[in-house]
Amino acid sequence: MKAFKALVIVGVLAGVATVAAGVPAFRPVLGIWLPYAAAALFLAGMVRRVVCWGRSPVPFRIPTVCGQQRSLPFLPHQPLESPYTGWQAAARVAGEVLLFRSLFRNTRTELTRKKRLAYLPSKLLWAAALAFHASLAVIVFRHLRFFLEPVPSCVRFVERMDGLFQVLVPAVMVTDAVILLALLYLLGRRLLDLRLRYLSLPADYVPLFLLLGIVGTGIAMRYIWKVDLIAVKELAVGLATFHPAVPDGTGALFLVHLALVSVLFAYFPFSKLVHMGGVFLSPTRNLANNSRARRHVNPWNRPVDVHTYEEWEEEFRDKLVACGLLPEEE
Amino acid sequence: MKKTPDELLQIEYTPPARDWMDPHVDFEARKGTWSYPGAPKNLEYLGLPNPREWSPTDEDWKLPENWKEIVHEGFLDLLKRFRSLKVFMDCCVRCGACADKCHFFIGSGDPKNMPVLRAELLRSVYRNDFTTAGRILGRLAGGRELTPDVIKEWFYYFYQCTECRRCSVFCPYGIDTAEITMMARELLNLLGININWVVEPVANCHRTGNHLGIQPHTFKDNIEFLCEELEDVTGIHIDPPINKKGAEVLFIVPSADYFADPGIYTFMGYLLLFEQIGLDYTLSAYASEGGNFGLFLSHDTIKRLNAKMYAEAKRLGVKWILGGECGHMWRVVHQYMDTMNGPADFLEVPRSPVTGTVFDHAASTKMVHICEFTADLIHHGRLRLDPSRNAGWKVTFHDSCNPARAVGLLEEPRYILRNVVEEFFEMPENTIREQTFCCGSGAGLGNDENMEMRMRGGLPRANAVRHVHERYGVNILSCICAIDRAVLPTLMDYWVPEVRVAGVHEMVGNALVMDGEKERTTNLRGEPIPGREG
Ligand code: SF4
Ligand code: SF4
Repeated sequence: MKAFKALVIVGVLAGVATVAAGVPAFRPVLGIWLPYAAAALFLAGMVRRVVCWGRSPVPFRIPTVCGQQRSLPFLPHQPLESPYTGWQAAARVAGEVLLFRSLFRNTRTELTRKKRLAYLPSKLLWAAALAFHASLAVIVFRHLRFFLEPVPSCVRFVERMDGLFQVLVPAVMVTDAVILLALLYLLGRRLLDLRLRYLSLPADYVPLFLLLGIVGTGIAMRYIWKVDLIAVKELAVGLATFHPAVPDGTGALFLVHLALVSVLFAYFPFSKLVHMGGVFLSPTRNLANNSRARRHVNPWNRPVDVHTYEEWEEEFRDKLVACGLLPEEE
Repeated sequence: MKKTPDELLQIEYTPPARDWMDPHVDFEARKGTWSYPGAPKNLEYLGLPNPREWSPTDEDWKLPENWKEIVHEGFLDLLKRFRSLKVFMDCCVRCGACADKCHFFIGSGDPKNMPVLRAELLRSVYRNDFTTAGRILGRLAGGRELTPDVIKEWFYYFYQCTECRRCSVFCPYGIDTAEITMMARELLNLLGININWVVEPVANCHRTGNHLGIQPHTFKDNIEFLCEELEDVTGIHIDPPINKKGAEVLFIVPSADYFADPGIYTFMGYLLLFEQIGLDYTLSAYASEGGNFGLFLSHDTIKRLNAKMYAEAKRLGVKWILGGECGHMWRVVHQYMDTMNGPADFLEVPRSPVTGTVFDHAASTKMVHICEFTADLIHHGRLRLDPSRNAGWKVTFHDSCNPARAVGLLEEPRYILRNVVEEFFEMPENTIREQTFCCGSGAGLGNDENMEMRMRGGLPRANAVRHVHERYGVNILSCICAIDRAVLPTLMDYWVPEVRVAGVHEMVGNALVMDGEKERTTNLRGEPIPGREG
């Protein structure tokens, strides 16, 4: 039901874009105004989000420690799991960002028929997540060729590597296939795993459908309904250099693709996709576990009402004297 | 507990048809899975808002008139003060990696015990009240309006989280549901909603210095009584100093260690160790609590209770502080104390008077864990240990959540155990160290009325113990936590009755060869040592 709502939302968006792409008057809207508006929303939204996070202090040092602390020299310290310095903490964050180390730990808990708990390794989510994010990074990088003239050699190199497994003509990009499979897996598990379906929100399906739409139109343009790449490049360069124009040859399919990308960018800062920034700021991962060695300062350290020794002594004076913990006098 | 283990094991993991967003808890039908509310006298003593008589089964929870406003303002205040809360509210992608990592979910199958949904109970209100999308789109954007039923659900599920942080280990963004639970409990507190098993110990601790409300003369009596027992076993008379000014070390333990079986045997172990190495230390009747139930109530109460440690160290003029075996105590000491009540510039960097080791990892807080201290002694060969005096014990070690996931104190206790017992076996790796399973009774949930949920929550731990019990004949579960020592015996009785519970320093006390002692025929529990009877 929630998935259906999301599908309807994305479907309507795609439909509107398709219709608009066929109406000459709307083509500049799709090709120029929408991308600019989306980019503006994305930038402003992300800046606002990160500034908002940054404005709240980190009052306490609360890393989730996942390995041996640095204490006694004869006990082997695990710097990645229990970082002791800022650099070690940075390495831990890098492990999260680049390799999804925490997700790699994943297990599946099962109560067997003999009523025993078993913790089975479960790496598929990790693999799919990593495959998706890595492919996306490569694809975004490949797209630079549309914005830059001449195309930098590193972009061309990545593109060549990506297309290396040339089984078909034109070259099938590995990342195109991988990202599609990964997205389908991520969607499939959300729909088929009852628990996950139970906890998923429409907002969990929206980005998946959007991405599927984007990847789908992208693949279609490359392999099926080829669009005029020269026009696309002209449009992209125009956008990048702030001399926007929609060349006549720009394909409708491309405009739909662009519209969906724009929606994704605009949606990004207002959704769970902000995890892209949050992963760097999570206090359980980016702090060193050295709070006994170095004092962590809380800017708002609130004064509280305490029960002082003097008050305590006063309250229990008789008893303290009787049991000899206080001398008799006074 | 009325339900048998077999009945409890009929766990339904398939989620119900009802959408989780519709709040509904039938407290009457779920007796045995929630805790009694805080008694008004305790709230009054602590100056907490809205003290009153009420019960979760009541239709009307007697919330303050402007309760909604209070929660909204309180939420905003927490968001302003804690980046963790903001980031954790915004970043969850509901990937579900944390879902089956919580012992309460594993033991109950209740989908709202999946950490992600537990957090969503709060997050949905956050989205509704504080995000652009939520304000415009409401439920479509995952927003949920705050209603009295939502508050009831918060009470139920945020007092069904032991703040163990296991979920946080697996989350790709480190989202720590314990942190979210702490925030939710702060919000509930603003309305006078809390549980007595938390506020009573807090009130006691504030007044007498310890959770159990033990007054100074009884404190002294208890310790003298334990020393008599010790003399029976070892022939050595010990007279531990209390409130002694000018001692080198202030030693602070969780109060259960000088109060109840089996914690008292751990306490005996500490005393024997100090006697043997001639440590110049003192106990304090004022700072007579290592633990800190304030952690389960609010940040302010953590600070209130914790303040006694440094204050007493300063008053007594000690050089540094040594802390006993306690889980949540070490979360507070390690992650909060210095920030809240420091800087402890009147103390010196801890240095072992026996080995000369400088504990530079505690250079700022000036507080060392007893396991760090003892492991260092053993490493330097300063203790004569006879593991055969622990004969008969087949030992495994339960990593308590906080020493493991807040401190990273994983190897110290193992190092000690390997030196003091003959037979040591690890539980399966998914259930120990950073992946350790909670006892199921922490964070104030270890009360009798919550027994069913405790046994459910403790299932994964008990299951792992059962595994090593059946495989290696393990018969004792050692740990370094006072709550564990208080609640694991009940858990073991229920799930694995053949296994008993002990602190690590009880094992040390048994094995420690002392000058001038008599031949030991019994262990610290007064039970004959196999092979040495009579
Ligand atoms: S693992 Fe983290 S991101 Fe995934 S559902 Fe749990 S809290 Fe959310
Ligand atoms: S902190 Fe522990 S008890 Fe709480 S949700 Fe996470 S795993 Fe469950």
